[in-house]
Amino acid sequence: MSSQHTILKMRSITKTFPGVKALQDVTLEVAQGEVHAICGENGAGKSTLMNVLSGVYPHGSYEGDILFEGEPCEFRNIRDSEHRGIVIIHQELALSPFLSIAENIFLGNEQATRGVIDWNTTNSEAAKLLARVGLDESPDTKIIDIGVGKQQLVEIAKALSKRVKLLILDEPTAALNDDDSAHLLDLIRSLKGHGITSIIISHKLNEIAAIADRTTVIRDGQTIDTLEMHGAEPVSEEQIIRAMVGRSLDHRFPERTPKIGEEVFRVEDWTVHHPIDTSRIVVDHANLFVRRGEIIGLAGLMGAGRTELAMSIFGRTYGAHISGRLIKDGKEIQTHSVGQAIRHGIAYATEDRKKYGLNLLSDIKRNITSSALGKVARWGVMDASGESRIAGKFRTDMNIKAPSVDVITGTLSGGNQQKVVLCKWVFADPDVLILDEPTRGIDVGAKYEIYTIINALADAGKAVIFISSELPELLGICDRIYALSTGRITGELTRAEANQESLMHLMTMEKEAVR
Amino acid sequence: MTTSPTTTGASKSSDPGPSAASTLRKTLGGSMRQYGIIGALIVIVLLFQVLTDGKLLLPNNVASLVQQNAYVMILAIGMVIVIVAGHIDLSVGSVVAFIGGVVALLMKDAGLPWFVAVLAGVALGALVGAWQGYWVAYVGIPAFIVTLAGMLIFRGLAVILVGVTVAGFPEGFVKISNGSLPNVLGFASNRDVVTLVLGAVTIAALVFSQLRTRRTLIKHELRVEPLGSMIAKLVIFSALIGGLTWILSGSRGGAPIVLLIVGALIIAYSFVMGRTVFGRHVYAIGGNLHAAILSGVNTRKVNFMIFVNMGVLAGIAAVVTTSRAGAAVAAAGSNYELDAIAACFIGGTAVTGGIGRISGAIIGALIMGVLNMGLSILAVDPAWQQAIKGLVLLLAVAFDLVNKRRVGSR
Repeated sequence: MSSQHTILKMRSITKTFPGVKALQDVTLEVAQGEVHAICGENGAGKSTLMNVLSGVYPHGSYEGDILFEGEPCEFRNIRDSEHRGIVIIHQELALSPFLSIAENIFLGNEQATRGVIDWNTTNSEAAKLLARVGLDESPDTKIIDIGVGKQQLVEIAKALSKRVKLLILDEPTAALNDDDSAHLLDLIRSLKGHGITSIIISHKLNEIAAIADRTTVIRDGQTIDTLEMHGAEPVSEEQIIRAMVGRSLDHRFPERTPKIGEEVFRVEDWTVHHPIDTSRIVVDHANLFVRRGEIIGLAGLMGAGRTELAMSIFGRTYGAHISGRLIKDGKEIQTHSVGQAIRHGIAYATEDRKKYGLNLLSDIKRNITSSALGKVARWGVMDASGESRIAGKFRTDMNIKAPSVDVITGTLSGGNQQKVVLCKWVFADPDVLILDEPTRGIDVGAKYEIYTIINALADAGKAVIFISSELPELLGICDRIYALSTGRITGELTRAEANQESLMHLMTMEKEAVR
Repeated sequence: MTTSPTTTGASKSSDPGPSAASTLRKTLGGSMRQYGIIGALIVIVLLFQVLTDGKLLLPNNVASLVQQNAYVMILAIGMVIVIVAGHIDLSVGSVVAFIGGVVALLMKDAGLPWFVAVLAGVALGALVGAWQGYWVAYVGIPAFIVTLAGMLIFRGLAVILVGVTVAGFPEGFVKISNGSLPNVLGFASNRDVVTLVLGAVTIAALVFSQLRTRRTLIKHELRVEPLGSMIAKLVIFSALIGGLTWILSGSRGGAPIVLLIVGALIIAYSFVMGRTVFGRHVYAIGGNLHAAILSGVNTRKVNFMIFVNMGVLAGIAAVVTTSRAGAAVAAAGSNYELDAIAACFIGGTAVTGGIGRISGAIIGALIMGVLNMGLSILAVDPAWQQAIKGLVLLLAVAFDLVNKRRVGSR
């Protein structure tokens, strides 16, 4: 690469969050005019790295340095980085839905004289930018009236209006259909022709192979390798996958001898559409089953539809036009509300415990009993001392680190909060327990404890469905693993058959390749 | 972290868990808020006692303080529940006028016995609440808008029904808010014995219930508060109740009837919010709506019931207000919703929902009531009274926010 001019150099970047080292000594070099892909598992540190680059995490909150066009940069916020021509487009688009395309393009950068907006300039400039990104819409169309694919183009037009030199796209095609994705990739190629450098974060390996000049793989907060995509020997998807998952199994998992019984729960032909864009299929004819005492895993990358599958089963809390059958103990059941699902013995512990799992204003004991209040009440009156007693037992058994069960859950650490969520669902005494990313964002010690609890639940005869983005975790805990890709179950592997490479292969399988 | 297995060097065990000392401080801090507001009430009472040369706590003034502010306390009970669940009700003032008018006409024009009219009024309150609850809970219109519409609708209906004023009610009805309990036990050195007995019974019940709770906790080997602090608390509360009883027993007729109504409501609703599944669901909805839904709480039904309940309490407040005035007035109840909302916020209810207690709102209502009465005795211009009450509301909520921020940024 010595012949090419380097536009960006990030050297020895280390970023620490309380208790977690998100990035450790990461180095990234991007050449002028190239399309540079960044790959890695969920949580590997890709987004953190881009947030460091764009000033979301200001200078001083990380270690290491950034050189852009040869000059050191100390961005305090996004405005600073945009000023230098670095623009990031996040996965969740930052557009104001009720403003027009033109207004959004110039939001924060209004075409105005002395505070009065010049609408002629605004609209004519916007029209020029729209032409550059190939979007055939009037500048005064409202954002809410155009689809996600077109919104993405508006974001790029907005970036162009800021004279972007380095464009960062975080999972740009995750929410797009095939046509829109193809158009977007074409656009990135044509921007490259105009000298604009792009960094693209993506899970879709075929896309990366099609568009990237080089690919940097990040794993566990460290740079693993930078691969030359069009070198002497072309890089295979397997090579990228190996780099993405190639870590040794350094997490420790408690021993367990599975005692698997008869089938408890079966999902047949389960199809779920997106709640807003109802033409999009989020879960596509999924079939799976789980037996008593068995832990099954759901593996999949961001957007594969794991959480959507789980939540649509759990009282239809996600999705529209849901079809398929749920069979519990040999009988078909309906779960149209959460209450119904709980009565049928199904529980779901959410991946976002702060937003969906706990009442952070309330204490440990009230959170633990919240999904099965009937068990500590008679005629609608709570048995307060009974509740404290039960919660107290959970606190000791599950080793929740708090002096009493009257402690407000908002003040607990992530690991202890997660234990409260688990207690809540163990207390409800379900037959089928769906755990969505139960170890996300908690330290290794607490993880081990949570694995132990999950094993104990399986040994007690529960059927556990375990959703995780960490492959070693799935391999260490599950008896059987289903892999999902873009809403489809692309494969089912037993513990003996599964390894990180085979799973990642199924998880990145594209629609056409299925079946 | 002593029990966790050995971990890799990458993760630091930076989480020792909250220490016992900090938790103790926090528990104290939490109840500090509760006691702080009682302290504020006592300070305000003493201040006006001095400023008015002892007129504030004259028996007849205390009796009329209770009678004049019964409506705020009754409405504030319902409003706390509404606000804790994350809603608001702007219509209660208009609903009071509307139901007051209906009750009046049922007695005057339909000639119904007064207690039948009262029951009908409360039932109508439930119906009004069901109407608003339907739009909020099942259609999903924000309560602010539904009850803003209700404010206009029921004010309009009140004017249509009542015209200007309907007066001339049976004595039994007027007595609800103006009469005292019958002095069946006579007087002991000029003090009403019924009132004294009532006060004694209340103190005994308080002490008994606290001791019983404590005994249950100890039996189940659960944490109890130190004996000393419990005794101190009981002594303070007994002294307050005793003092109030002593003063009221010397008033014209003894304890006001309406005090009994309000007292019963406070006890009943404190129980509902603290000890029942319904109360728990209200806090769950206000604390984290998504978590409540994903825990299987039927949020629609709970929200609906919250508004039905608010309607019932507005019905009771309408009876009390109409009885107090001796007439149904089309303009009755104006700004009552704001009084009730202010009482809740002064009493520590969180603006964003999830936190709030019946006792807090009652004390908030009393603070407003004492301010009203004290300023009136001092003959302060009503315009100034309003401005002062506004400032008190603002400062109380500001105090709450600052307090929370301090606890949050420990």
